[in-house]
Amino acid sequence: MIRVQRADFDVAAEMASLSAEAPGAGAVCVFVGLVRDLSRGEPVAAMTLEHYPGMTERTLARLEAEARDRWPLAGVRIVHRHGRLDPGERIVLVAVASAHRDAAFDACRFLIDRLKTTAPFWKAEENPDGRRWVEARPEDDAAVERWGVEDSPKP
Amino acid sequence: MVGGPRPVRLLYFAWVREKAGLGAEEVTLPAAVSDVSGLVAWLRARGGGPSVALADLTRLRVAVNQEHVAFDHPLAPGDEVAFFPPVTGG
Repeated sequence: MIRVQRADFDVAAEMASLSAEAPGAGAVCVFVGLVRDLSRGEPVAAMTLEHYPGMTERTLARLEAEARDRWPLAGVRIVHRHGRLDPGERIVLVAVASAHRDAAFDACRFLIDRLKTTAPFWKAEENPDGRRWVEARPEDDAAVERWGVEDSPKP
Repeated sequence: MVGGPRPVRLLYFAWVREKAGLGAEEVTLPAAVSDVSGLVAWLRARGGGPSVALADLTRLRVAVNQEHVAFDHPLAPGDEVAFFPPVTGG
């Protein structure tokens, strides 16, 4: 199940509802992404996440389907926020339930790696000098290559 | 409907939206435009904010009907074409 929302989420509540719908699961792996207070060594006052309504939900739902094809998963939860966030706030949650830990760890990593290079979100950081759009990181493309897929064709 | 009007919806996001000066517009594809690259060439020739925003393709990505595609992707009437920088979510 995927959700895109402005509001914060409760990690314990997400884990509880995921566990309830996946009674056979012996493992739940949870990744939570937070707003950093430093970027390139400079303080970050706030961050605004813009997204592409429609394509975002479609992309996240497809990633969930791809993860379910690759691993025997009992449950998947992806929650991604948008709008203006302060340092320390939660941005994204990826939680995966499976019978055993290997599938839960791998699928969780797969989902956050792919999300970072395919889900249509853009971050703008505010600092004392103004506002700037965050550049994509080559490390994120490299992280996806390990999964044997190519995302977001380049010109 | 060969020869009929070919409307498409254009969307711009993040700094592409800011440089373009607008987030969305409806355009009618000229007969000569068959793919995304052709659309970009036409938008550049048209001028205005979008021509500035689309000046450097190496900094852009494109989606047609909400799927990431390459710039040689063909276009059809009613398509939704979105231009944006490489994504930075998560």
